Amino acid sequence: MKTTVSNQGRRAFVQGSAAVGGAFILGLNVPNAGAVTVSHGTSRLVDFPGDAFAPNAWIRISKDNKVSIYASRSEMGQGVYTAMPMLVAEELDIDLNDLQVGIPPAAAPYINRIFGAQLTGGSTSVRDGFTYLRQAGAGAREMIVAAAAAQWGVDASQLTTSKGYVMGPGGKKASYGSLAAGAMKQAEPKEPKLKDPSQWKIIGQPLKRFDSPYKVNGTAEFGIDVKVPGMMIAAVEMCPVIGGEVASFDEAAMMASPGAKKVVKFNDTYTNGVAVIANSYWNAKQALTKGNIKWNVTKNATLSSDGISKMLADGMAKEGVEVKARGDVDAALGSAAKKLEAEYELQFLAHSAMEPLTATVLIKADSADVWAPTQFQTLVPPTVAAATGLKPEQINVHTTYLGGGFGRKIEMDFVAQAAVIAKAMPGVAVKTIWSRENDMMNDSYRPVSLQKIQVALDSNGMPSAYKYKIASPSISARLFPGAVQKGVDPFMMEAAENFPYDVPNWHLSSTFVDTGQRVGYWRAVSNNLNAFSQEVMLDEMAAAAGMDPVAYRRILLRDKPLYLGVIDLAADRAGYGKPLPAGHFHGVAVIECYETYGCLISEIEVKSDGKIKVHKMTYAVDAGILINPNIAHQQIQSGVVSGFQNAFSEITIKDGVVQQTNFHTYYLPRMADVPPVDIHFVASNRNPGGLGEVGVPLVSPSISNAVFAATGKRVRKMPFKPGITA
Amino acid sequence: MAISLKVNGSSHSADVSPDTPLLWVIRDTLGMTGTKFGCGMAQCGSCTVHVDGVATRSCVTPVSAVAGKAITTIEGLGGNHPVQKAWLELDVVQCGYCQSGQMMSAAALLASNKNPSDADITEAMNGNLCRCGTYDRIRAGIKRAAQLA
Repeated sequence: MKTTVSNQGRRAFVQGSAAVGGAFILGLNVPNAGAVTVSHGTSRLVDFPGDAFAPNAWIRISKDNKVSIYASRSEMGQGVYTAMPMLVAEELDIDLNDLQVGIPPAAAPYINRIFGAQLTGGSTSVRDGFTYLRQAGAGAREMIVAAAAAQWGVDASQLTTSKGYVMGPGGKKASYGSLAAGAMKQAEPKEPKLKDPSQWKIIGQPLKRFDSPYKVNGTAEFGIDVKVPGMMIAAVEMCPVIGGEVASFDEAAMMASPGAKKVVKFNDTYTNGVAVIANSYWNAKQALTKGNIKWNVTKNATLSSDGISKMLADGMAKEGVEVKARGDVDAALGSAAKKLEAEYELQFLAHSAMEPLTATVLIKADSADVWAPTQFQTLVPPTVAAATGLKPEQINVHTTYLGGGFGRKIEMDFVAQAAVIAKAMPGVAVKTIWSRENDMMNDSYRPVSLQKIQVALDSNGMPSAYKYKIASPSISARLFPGAVQKGVDPFMMEAAENFPYDVPNWHLSSTFVDTGQRVGYWRAVSNNLNAFSQEVMLDEMAAAAGMDPVAYRRILLRDKPLYLGVIDLAADRAGYGKPLPAGHFHGVAVIECYETYGCLISEIEVKSDGKIKVHKMTYAVDAGILINPNIAHQQIQSGVVSGFQNAFSEITIKDGVVQQTNFHTYYLPRMADVPPVDIHFVASNRNPGGLGEVGVPLVSPSISNAVFAATGKRVRKMPFKPGITA
Repeated sequence: MAISLKVNGSSHSADVSPDTPLLWVIRDTLGMTGTKFGCGMAQCGSCTVHVDGVATRSCVTPVSAVAGKAITTIEGLGGNHPVQKAWLELDVVQCGYCQSGQMMSAAALLASNKNPSDADITEAMNGNLCRCGTYDRIRAGIKRAAQLA
């Protein structure tokens, strides 16, 4: 059966002007992609006429040969509105100048098959779609060719395609669009034949992002930019302590404030607080300040960072749940020539997307429209249905550009809250905008973690046993309880579960510690936590063995060519082992993260005041086939900068309240802090690995290892104190 | 109280409280959403516009303070400004949310310094946060824009 996408709403394309020429940048030649247009209005589907060729959920070709390809993942900077259409276009064989990119609604064909939900995360967009997106293009092309063969009375094998045209014997030529009616009569092939990679013309090209023109001229529509006729805007105040509730507020004073239309007390699944709906954000926010809002706080009122550290220590003292094991780790530890034992402690982090959380909801008698910068389309309808009493099938989801996501916009708190607020004004679209303070103090934070590693070394300094225990809050236990099996959260075990080093006796266990603070998926998730401990301990083992940390890793990974490939490339490009400027030191760290391999070498200096100056970073990456090397480069760069938060940022809690409120108290790396990042990809024909997250986890361990090289001191607790210097 | 504003060369009258930040007048009253809200306290630079040619954080600028002055937003940069050309040529953006502010800061820098050094660029741009970490390409983009100007 064919899958179809219904046309909805008005035509919403803005013509983009093609960017000029190719330019040499940062070692990359970025060619012009062509005049690709990207849908970015409030309507997300191209309004194609009924006689368009519509072979599947991904492709529409109009009679005048305009091609629309739907990009079903959320565009939050990682380039999916470019990479996913490139996969379809490669097999469809079109001219990118005729391409328009559309954004589909929440619908079954667009489900991420890795997660079973229409969700953007886990570096899955390309990994998931790599085959089926190419098949969608190839199948459509076969249907068009079959239509031309039937029309011309020739065998399909005599026909070729190029740039949206079919060519046949005797100079016959027809556009795809002109063949639409005939092509629609063809059955969609079950196993369309894919091109041999040697024939690829689009995949592997470092094309410019299709969304750049809109983001450069200011017309890209983010969630906060949604405009609906008659729209009102809401500002919110939420209880600063989790579990607290609204005790009292002065509704009359708020309503007397200019522009105020409605005061709403909300107490939904996620948040408790008060909203003011007004004719502008500023008026709504000003009205809120007049409300004298008081809170009832009971549980979590004494929650503090010190208390949370103690909870983790208590969790560490408890019997853990075995995750994976081989050999007899306790026996090997008992008979070891030399033993190492260390504890590592990781901090809460905020997501801090530059676009604060926001959603716009219009509730009518029998439907609702939701415009949201969401990473999780298929969870929006049930969420809004629960908040409004409507049915999930009555909820229309419109995905906007995301002003950053980083895992925060998988959450439904801001969507549910916006729906509850909009319910107070049926028939009127209400956009709820969180302040930066709302956003930072009501996050689902990157979890804290306490981790203990015990290692036995033999007389040659090689590990005979490795025992690793993790005490941490479980994200999945709250968000996806079904993912937790036998007391183990796989999203807590990343990088640890696939421990690559050659150790005969190995044991991994974990214990959940619910601190009362809400935790969420944060770019690279537990890779950030576990790669820190593992890679710092690897350095400790090398030091105990009296060996160079790179040479030591190479021995323990001697049968793992994908790891060796990135280690050797990074070491070569960083000039590892060669003299560095006075006071500069290298630190190394290695990972496999979402099917991509990476080795980061950081060159740092520890200043006399103890602050860390990062001079240079060299990152070698094996991500398999790169769909678009330009965007691959961007993503690694982005991940590394994000990793500076792991090393230098921190969310702390006192009396149940998050102490960081805005960017003056929560550190985000600035231009002066970030050194040049030298990025090198290993050439590979392996299926694509993830790129959006692998850049992040190695920053903190590589810096810690470099700090040891510089000072002889091990830093096992994040963030680094006293911090970074420009 | 109606306040007269000159935005991107056009005159507007905004009937708002005089202490309303310029950002919200631009976004909510004039409906120009290219200028972004990031922090509300001049910490991130997403809201940067030009006031008489000077890069200004519109989130903390009362609208009454800029009445009658020449205000330029990303929409008024024109699309063919050397900074915008360079941004496209080098494909600087990722999520793009901070980039209006980045480009406005960059354009103001180049207006006063035709050939900025690395140190000049860092000093002028350090107040503009980019959570995607596009700093390397922003720096390269400013150098390229200096050539195109």
